[in-house]
Amino acid sequence: MAFITPSTTADAYDVVVVGSGAAGGQAAYTLTMDGARVLMLEAGRNYDPSTETPMFQTPDMAPLRGTATPDKPYGFFDATVGGGWTVPGEPYTNASEDPARQFMWYRSRMLGGRTNHWARHALRNGPYDFKPRSRDGLGFDWPISYQDVAPYYDKVEMLIGVYGTKEGLENTPDSPDGVLLPPPKARIGELLARQRARRIGIPVVPIHRAVLTRPLDHVGIPPKLHPGNAKAQRILAEDMRNRAACFWATQCARGCAIRANYQSTTVHIPPALATGNLDILTDAMVREVPVDEAGKATGVIYIDKRTGSEHRVKARVVVLAASACETVRLMLNSRSKRFPEGLGNSSGLVGKYILDTVGANWGGQIPLLENLPLHNEDGAGGLHVYAPWWLYKEQLAGTLGFARGYHVEFGTGRGMPGGFAPYVPDAGGRTTFGAKLKEDARRYYGSHVGFSGRGEMIPNDDSFCELDPKVVDKWGLPVLRFHWRWSDHETRQAAHMQKTFADWIEAMGGVNLKKPLNDGAKVIDPGGKVIHEVGGTIMGTEPGKSVTDAWSRTWDVPNVYVADGGVFASNADKNPTLTIMALAWRAADRILDEMKKGNL
Amino acid sequence: MDRRLAIKWMLAASAGVVMARNPMLGASNPPGIAEPEPPFGYGKDSNLMKASKPGDYWPLTFTELQRRQAAVLADIIIPDDGKNPSATSVGVVDFVDEWVSAPYPDNLRDRKIILDGMAWLDEESVRRFGRRFAESSEADRLVLVEEMSRSQKAEPDAGSSQAFFRLVRDLVGVGYFTTPVGMKDLGYVGNVPLATFDGPPAELVAKLGLVDEVKW
Ligand SMILES: Cc1cc2nc3c(=O)[nH]c(=O)nc-3n(C[C@H](O)[C@H](O)[C@H](O)COP(=O)(O)OP(=O)(O)OC[C@H]3O[C@@H](n4cnc5c(N)ncnc54)[C@H](O)[C@@H]3O)c2cc1C
Ligand code: SF4
Repeated sequence: MAFITPSTTADAYDVVVVGSGAAGGQAAYTLTMDGARVLMLEAGRNYDPSTETPMFQTPDMAPLRGTATPDKPYGFFDATVGGGWTVPGEPYTNASEDPARQFMWYRSRMLGGRTNHWARHALRNGPYDFKPRSRDGLGFDWPISYQDVAPYYDKVEMLIGVYGTKEGLENTPDSPDGVLLPPPKARIGELLARQRARRIGIPVVPIHRAVLTRPLDHVGIPPKLHPGNAKAQRILAEDMRNRAACFWATQCARGCAIRANYQSTTVHIPPALATGNLDILTDAMVREVPVDEAGKATGVIYIDKRTGSEHRVKARVVVLAASACETVRLMLNSRSKRFPEGLGNSSGLVGKYILDTVGANWGGQIPLLENLPLHNEDGAGGLHVYAPWWLYKEQLAGTLGFARGYHVEFGTGRGMPGGFAPYVPDAGGRTTFGAKLKEDARRYYGSHVGFSGRGEMIPNDDSFCELDPKVVDKWGLPVLRFHWRWSDHETRQAAHMQKTFADWIEAMGGVNLKKPLNDGAKVIDPGGKVIHEVGGTIMGTEPGKSVTDAWSRTWDVPNVYVADGGVFASNADKNPTLTIMALAWRAADRILDEMKKGNL
Repeated sequence: MDRRLAIKWMLAASAGVVMARNPMLGASNPPGIAEPEPPFGYGKDSNLMKASKPGDYWPLTFTELQRRQAAVLADIIIPDDGKNPSATSVGVVDFVDEWVSAPYPDNLRDRKIILDGMAWLDEESVRRFGRRFAESSEADRLVLVEEMSRSQKAEPDAGSSQAFFRLVRDLVGVGYFTTPVGMKDLGYVGNVPLATFDGPPAELVAKLGLVDEVKW
């Protein structure tokens, strides 16, 4: 029995994995496919995308026409369960009252975590991104390089399925032949944006997204991913056959009942369960990683949320994959005689160097896209193209006023009307109504472009989290208190984004709906808003200066690994999740190796 | 529903760019401390597969008189044009009622604007034409609506009848264009599974002087 209750857990496992998102899913997959006995503990409830995904529901079937509310910040149908910007009973705090120094923390409480609703942008970090300090003297280099991670990017891309092309662009790695799936055709607004972007020197190319534009090669891929392991190959081949290709309708953020995009619940967990080596406990909140006299972790202590009772489970290895900040909290809450400041925290660095992505948004209206002939632009349920960072020369010359780059995600098109008012210009302040309203709504529908910049933040001493000395959650566990500050590198970058978007809109013959601001501090999204939080347990070459080694193992406790984004020593402009999965696979391979050698 | 949201609509409508309401702007997440909200509204784990209707999650507000006024206003804003039906025929009054009855911060703000505005509209109509808005003649109603639709500024002043009307118009727009009937009217033709995604019509690509150059 795979989904088990506390009374039926085995006495001991090879590995306990805390969390079931991108990190926990990948770790559990790799470990169980190679024969390790694994228990996955998830604080949220069980979640089944095949029966719980509102694929074709229209907004009129939802309360408030599906609009965003504090209960569902991305709309009613979004695949976030039990969370959002707040989680009932599990608060967090900010140390400062200053609006510019707030950190926002988005969490889910469900099997699969936030992978059920993520936007599926799956970009590789480039070679520069692992050695940023060597390039510009800021932040930290990773103890590993692109070459170390590249084979794992290949594996993850083949396993989950990612569309995209090889463009040969600087610091924007190509995948080897046969790894990516074909990109979908660009929508009309994307084609126009690309043509006009060229005039202002911005490259637009197919984005990489974890969506199956055709079925996975269930014959060719399994032997590549699991050489010499016939059982794993068989299980994976069978599972790949059961994943359908995208049918070009519905919105990926609701999840995908036909398993055509990546969610931990549709891609990692099913084959891992099929091995018979995985047990999963949901509604299980891990509160502590206890250690023995020798300073080795003995397993975990968790709270059964349904009864409030506490349980222990033993394991040879503990993998922390609760998401970067939750892992920090768990480590800081795991105090012992041996580790009075928290597990793995002899450096005092657990919680330090929390990073998000720099975000700034802008939109315009494009007359060339008015009154288009009706056609279906649902496509792959998200972006088809984007602009990778392009100003490497200026960056190296130091002429930009900020150190690191950004990429541009943008959307145009005739997507399903959501719970927002139709855009009509209301010229001269006159509120349009009647026949003219319908006419205008039709005319302007699909004639907009919305840009989001996604930029690299540099780690700083004022952006970190720690245990709040007073506030506890409903289980009595101390909660996180965040400290945040953007440096000039980030705010100037945000202003640059907005200026770029305004120029781009003009190049498209479009109308900027407002004047862009020069003040980056007003333009930049609050910390955490882009939901790419990483860092807090960074990897490095030396114990005193980092929390984990190059294999994501904590320096202090030899049998505790961090599989989530906590180990990131920098946060490239590339969205983090593909890298999280690549590193989780790599850490799991190492664990398997060390177990075989008898070191764990 | 304010301009901020109207603009977000177009951004959200731009496929794929995820636009969420910034909770920093609502009363739900004061700076300094992010406290959990008390359970209210439909909660964070409602059944997404079950179709609901206004009134299922929280009690509605409108009296019979208010419903009548809202219905008249809604159908002036989105009339039956012979091709597609009017706002009331797709349940827009129920939606507006649901909107002003919801317990979330934006809804509480809009509730006051709408209920105050509706009371004012009836008073004004009685004062000038001797009858409530819904009972007055078509010509008299139109005089009032025309006045409410004219604002000196792009954004009508808060508390003005123009601001009230702008909000009603936005809500009626949302209510209508998010139904299958309204989507068809608008020209949205998706939400159907396809075997292939062929991109934009070739004639359109040619007309705009574009080329689809993605190689694979
Ligand atoms: C709207 C949105 C769009 C996004 N788009 C992208 C994108 O396009 N590309 C990209 O790269 N990233 C994107 N992200 C970010 C992406 O979702 C995360 O990077 C990714 O999910 C992180 O994986 P994780 O496993 O570390 O954490 P999660 O996915 O958050 O999973 C962690 C799990 O651990 C559980 N947990 C936490 N604490 C405990 C505990 N103490 N005991 C037991 N279980 C616990 C949680 O309940 C959760 O289920 C997006 C996020 C959001 C919200
Ligand atoms: S667009 Fe495609 S991948 Fe996304 S949810 Fe729909 S079918 Fe699944």
